[in-house]
Formats: sequence, structure tokens, C-alpha cells
Amino acid sequence: MRVCPEGLFVEPGGFFIDPVRAVERAVVTHGHSDHARPGHRHVLATEGTLAIMRQRLGDGAGQGRQALGYGEAIRIGDTTVRLAPAGHVLGSAQVVVEFGGSRVVVSGDYKRTFDRTCAPFEPVPCDVFVTEATFGLPVFRHPPDLGEVEKLLHSMTVFPERSHVVGVYALGKCQRLITLLRAAGYERPIYLHGALTPICDLYRGFGVELGELRPATVAAKEELKGALVLAPPGAIADRWARRLSDPVVAMASGWMRVRQRARQRGVELPLVISDHADWDELCRTLDEVGAPEVWVTHGREEALVHHARSRGIRARALALVGFEEEGA
Amino acid sequence: MKRFADLIDALVFMPSRNGKIRLLGDYFAHVPDPERGWALAALTETLVFREAKPAAVRQMVLNRVDPELFGWSYDYVGDLAETVALIWPERPALANSLPPTLTEVVETLGAAKRSAVMDLIEGWMDSLDASSRFALLKLITGSLRVGVSARLAKTALAAWGKVDVNAIEECWHGLTPPYEPLFAWLEGRAEAPSSAQGAGFRPLMLANPLEEEDMAGLDPAGYCAEWKWDGIRVQLVARGGERRLYSRTGDDVSPAFPDVTDHMAFEAVLDGELLVVRDGAVAPFNDLQQRLNRKTVTAKMLQEYPAFVRLYDILVEGGEDLRGLGFTERRARLERWYAEVRPRRMDLSPLIPFADWDALKALREGAREAAIEGLMLKRRDSAYVAGRPKGPWFKWKRGALTLDTVLMYAQRGHGKRSSFYSDFTFGVWRNGGGEGGEAGEELVPVGKAYFGFTDAELVELDRWVRNHTVRRYGPVREVAPGLVLEVAFDSVHRSTRHKSGLAMRFPRVHRIRWDKPAHEADRLPTLERMVVG
Repeated sequence: MRVCPEGLFVEPGGFFIDPVRAVERAVVTHGHSDHARPGHRHVLATEGTLAIMRQRLGDGAGQGRQALGYGEAIRIGDTTVRLAPAGHVLGSAQVVVEFGGSRVVVSGDYKRTFDRTCAPFEPVPCDVFVTEATFGLPVFRHPPDLGEVEKLLHSMTVFPERSHVVGVYALGKCQRLITLLRAAGYERPIYLHGALTPICDLYRGFGVELGELRPATVAAKEELKGALVLAPPGAIADRWARRLSDPVVAMASGWMRVRQRARQRGVELPLVISDHADWDELCRTLDEVGAPEVWVTHGREEALVHHARSRGIRARALALVGFEEEGA
Repeated sequence: MKRFADLIDALVFMPSRNGKIRLLGDYFAHVPDPERGWALAALTETLVFREAKPAAVRQMVLNRVDPELFGWSYDYVGDLAETVALIWPERPALANSLPPTLTEVVETLGAAKRSAVMDLIEGWMDSLDASSRFALLKLITGSLRVGVSARLAKTALAAWGKVDVNAIEECWHGLTPPYEPLFAWLEGRAEAPSSAQGAGFRPLMLANPLEEEDMAGLDPAGYCAEWKWDGIRVQLVARGGERRLYSRTGDDVSPAFPDVTDHMAFEAVLDGELLVVRDGAVAPFNDLQQRLNRKTVTAKMLQEYPAFVRLYDILVEGGEDLRGLGFTERRARLERWYAEVRPRRMDLSPLIPFADWDALKALREGAREAAIEGLMLKRRDSAYVAGRPKGPWFKWKRGALTLDTVLMYAQRGHGKRSSFYSDFTFGVWRNGGGEGGEAGEELVPVGKAYFGFTDAELVELDRWVRNHTVRRYGPVREVAPGLVLEVAFDSVHRSTRHKSGLAMRFPRVHRIRWDKPAHEADRLPTLERMVVG
């Protein structure tokens, strides 16, 4: 396995994992646009990921598409490939590659926190673990997600006349936040920016319950007073949000843990809810997979490499390009 | 601590000034004495815990956290207190004590032995949650930086207590934390605290920058002009045997300037500019800098960098408060007083007669003396009012010098800019020696600037830096020479501390020359020719 300009290449199998350029054969871990790029000739992924790619990329979702269920094995070239749940978003998978008696696991993006919208992460013991490190600094410790949702609901009781607009990423965070709100007992309709609706419909098709959702874009101004509105991060402080009456601007992201990051985005109510592993989860996962060698793909890789080395693990940073910090 | 931490968090995230005033007013209204007084002291930076220095806090966390991990985290977060608060390893087993209140923290630290302070803090850290840890660390290290100035805190008090903010400023220096008489007054339970300030600080009157378009609406006959001297604005207070020298923010700097206070054998409050003057000539600002930020001063420094005050104004003479008088009346009083008292190491800043704005403009442009920063315009009838009222006083700085430089290094900012490369080191070309000619040209750094651009430009600069990085040194990136920054600066001086041998005063980014090739930027000799004094 080696790093090429296209991305991570599994030579004995002749395929790339999450390549950033169009390639002949790609295995895609999940549907976020920095991992699932358009134009590959052949794509292997879970059914959920393929559905997301079809919706987002249309004809660009790959000419040949092959679905592989979690746990099913397939031969590609000289390798055996399996997908294991990563707990990041619907359909997200780790790629387990076996070749010549050794096993490499590429985590993709993952988290360890319980999430109603996707299958939980499964630690797979391996010889080489290729991990993300989006929140690879010990200052990142995500608090319990229901506590963050309580913060939002509390603010809605303190400012009952103001709408609350929460910035969420369309794929994953949006649906997870809705299920958390429902679990916390919030039964009222939730209003959505138009960009969020298609993925919510897709999640419902996979059996995820989201309760009553209404389009915010066509709702009367009066109706949005005191309502909860979800929108992409780019829209919450932009012209789109002018339809809301004196909104409390919130944002659900792991970056909200750092005050100045929240301030830069003009966020008044930061909610620390992330779909990535925090520092403790990253460290715990290294322990659980027990790999003697760890490669770190993207994020704040220096600290995790340092930590792994201090635990006697051979570790190095791959410094893969093309993966964005957003969507965290 | 929780209530105070919630206030700090809410202030951090509240973007609007009026929102902050509301939050503060709400806190003062609902939190009892003495806690609200301690919070006010923290916000106005009048609480000082000398033992809890940032270095001690850093040491405390390094006893628990791997130094490399801490270093990377600090680089990323950009704020010591926040990094320590977030990275602090929670140990639930040890956290058997109740979290302390703000009052308990302040009173315990006030009574604690120096050697016990860090142990107390470490114990509290274990019993607090992350946001209370942040508030505790901000409190003890003495700068909250929550976007609330002392002035804004007083404005919030005034709004909540329905009094004029200057009425609070007036009595402020006679008060000490936790300010119970002040709160009693603002709640209508007592008379206003006495404004007999003795040797206290009187809030300064400040000027607004003069914009060219302002001038059309101003009548030259209504204004006096004087030079704006390039030193440090100070207030001299000599009352009832006490002698004080205050900085513009009201910090008492008297101990560092015995060469001024020795000559304050009078009863008056004066406003002036602190300078270094040798043989009647004002020395460059660099010389004055040797005397600043020191608690004491050596005989050698007194001799090499003798301090001097050039007087602008008189606020109190004997027992009489003159601040209600117009500027020309105060000026006459100042001149009469000076003629009588003749204090050593002081003189009067002369008024500059002028016929009209064009004549004054010519005078301003002709002034190349290093000690002159520009001109001050003071309306003849202006009373001496605290703060920066728009209209009565203007500062009209000398036209800036500019230079086309090449961006060399960029460093991540702190605070609100912690994820942006926002501090820029720039250089100019010089002959690298040896090879000679074009090929032998090298860049030498000549300064650093971190403002002068808009937020939108900062986003573009940050992107440019990330895309043109050739080397990384922790939070600093070296970039390929390719971006020309036109920098503006007030003056340039010889300096042995800089590789180029030159130091700019007050450099800022004037324009980003996206269009200009780096090899067309200026060369070192151009800057050398701009040196004055």
C-alpha cells in the first residue's frame, strides 16, 4: 500500500481507497464529498454510500457500482477486501484488506459515540491501522451529545420568541441532530433549509425515523418564530437567514469546543457535536485494534503520531491532501 | 465559579456591544455582593494575583500532560488559559471537594501564602468543569480578554444603575474591590461615593483621527493646534504630598520615573507627553522604550535616558477643578501656572498659530522631526471630558511612509484569529554579496505587521500563505517570495536588534499588491534613505 497523487493505492489489489482524482477502481469509505469523488470507472462501497453518491453525483457516481455489505468478503486482485462499520454517517465503512497473511485496516472517518443513524464502529484487530486524526489533539474531548442538545432546548425556553438556527452538515450531522432532538423529547416540526431535504429523505428510505420535517424556505415568517431551523453552515449567518426573526445562531460541530473557532463563525450558541472520534476515542481505538504500525491520513497528525510512538507503535503521518476539515 | 464562568462564556460569544452591556447588567442585577464586585474587578483588571503567572500555570499543566502534546495544542488553540482548561486531565477520583465560588477563590488567594497558591489552583482545577477552569485561569492570570474593556464594564454599570458613565469614572479611583458602596449607590440604597479623588487618576480626554472629509465642516478659527509628540501620554498628579505619574489607562508608573516625580513639588493635576530629552532635544521613541515597562530604574538609565514631560493641559490647580473650563481658558491657566512654578524636567507644548487649513497642512507636511507624530487640533471651547468624544479634539498624524516589501513569513494569530495566518514578516531585497548582480539578491526582513487589511483580505492572505508554504516552523510558515505587501509606517530608525539594522515604527499593511511581481519590490537602500534622526 502506498500514497500516490490520486490517494492511497493498494498495489496488489490494483485499487485506490477514497481517491481524490478519477481512477479505474475505487473503494469508497463514505459519502462525504471529499471522500466520494466523481468520475471513477468502478466503485465498491456499501449500499448506503452508493445511494448517497448516486443522489449527490448523479452520473458521476461511477460507471460500475458494486455494493458490499458489512462483513462480506470479496477478492480483488491478490487481496481479500471486507467492509466494517465506521460509525461516522449512514453507510460509512472501514476497509479491511488482507494480503499475504497480513491485514491492513483503513478507518476512513469514524467515531465511537452511539449514533442512531448508522451502524456502530467495529474495532478490527490488524497489523497496520490507517486512521484519521481530524480531532487529533488532547484539547478535543467531545462532551455527551445529549447534554449539548439540552443546551439547545434550554436556549429555546429562554428565548421562546426567537428562532434557533443550527448550522449542520447536510450528510450525517443533520440527521443525527434530528434523532438526538427526538430522543430528548422534542416533538415539534423541525424546519429544514432546502439543501438538507434530499439526504433526510434518503435516510428515511434506510429506515431512520426523523419525525415531522418542514421546508423552512417556503414557511411563513410568522411560523418560524420560536421554531428550530437547520441549515448548512454557510447559510446560518448569510442572507438566507434573514427570513428568520432575530435568530439565535448555533452550530453543531466538534470545532465548537474551541471558543475562538466558534467566535470566528459568528456563533452565539456553540454545540459540540461531532461525527469524528475525539482524542480519547482515537487513543482508545489504537489500543483496541492493537496494530504494531499506525499510519495517520489527515487532520492534526503530529500529536497522534507522537502519542502512538510513545506507546511503542511504529507510526507515521501520510499527509494525504484533499481532505477538508469541514463536516466535522 | 459557575455563574462567573457562564458570564464569561456568554460574553465571549456575544457579538454585539449592546448585547454585552445587557449580559453584564443582568449579572450585576442578579448576583449578590461581594461576588459581583469581584467579577467587576476581574473585568476591569483591578484584581491581580502576582503568584499565578502564566509560566506557573504552564508548569502546572506540564506536570500532568506530555509537553509535545501540550505544545501542539497551544499552537492550535492560541490561548494559554483555554488550552490548559481543555487539555486538563480530569481525575474524578480526586475531585471530592465542592467547586469553589468566585468569592472563595478571590478571598482564599488573597490570604494564601505565596508558596501555597499553585497548589490551591491545582486543587480547584480538579473540581471544576472545562468552562469554569477557563474562567479560573483567566481570572488568576489577569487578562480575561472577553471583549469587555474597563470602559465597557463601567458603561454597563451605568446603564444598569441609570447614571452617567463619567459619574462612575469620577469616583472609580477612590474605590476598591468588591465595590460595595458603588453597588449600594447604583441600587439607590446610598449616596454616590465621594469623588474627592486625592491622588487618584482622572480619566483622560482622547482625540479622534481627523479624516480629510471632516475638515470641510470645521472652522479653523474655532481650533487651536499643537504638535503631537511621539512619546507616552501621561497624567501627573501631585496632591496633599502624594505624587503620581499615570499612564493613559490609569496605571501608576511613578516608581519607574523618579526623575519626573522629584520635580513635582506642586499641587496640580497635569496632562502631558512623557519623552526622553537630552540637551533640549527629544530623543527617538526607541530611547523612551528603554524606560518603559519597568518597575524600578537604575542610576545609569536615569543618566542615559533622562525622562521629561511636555505639558498639554491642566486639570486641577490647587484645590480647583478646571476641567469644566474651555480649552483656551485652561491653556491660559496652564501658562500662568508654568510661569510661576517653573518645574524642572517639564516644558509647555507650544501652540502653533495658523491662518487656515492649507497653511496647517503645509506645516504638518514640513515637519520631519522624528519626535513629531503629527498635529493635534483642540476646539477652543472644549471642556476636558473623559473618553473620546467625537468633535472637540482631533489627531492629525503625519503622512505615512510606504515601501513595497515581499512577504517572507507568516504566523498564526491569537485570539479571534487563531486559525488564520495573520502576522506577517516582510522583507526587501539587498545584495547578498559574493555573486553580485541580480542573481545575488536576497531578502532581508525589515518588519512585521498584523493589521491594515480587512477580514475578507485576511481570508485571502491566509489562503495564499497555505498555498505557498515552503517550510514550517511550529506556528510559523516560510513562504516562497511571491507576494508584494505595500506597508505603511510612521518612521524608520537604526536598530541593532534587527538583521537589517533598521526598525520601523508602527508598520501596517497598506495595500496588498496581488498584481506586482516580487522582484519589483523595493531594495534596502530605499529604506535606509528614509531614516531620520
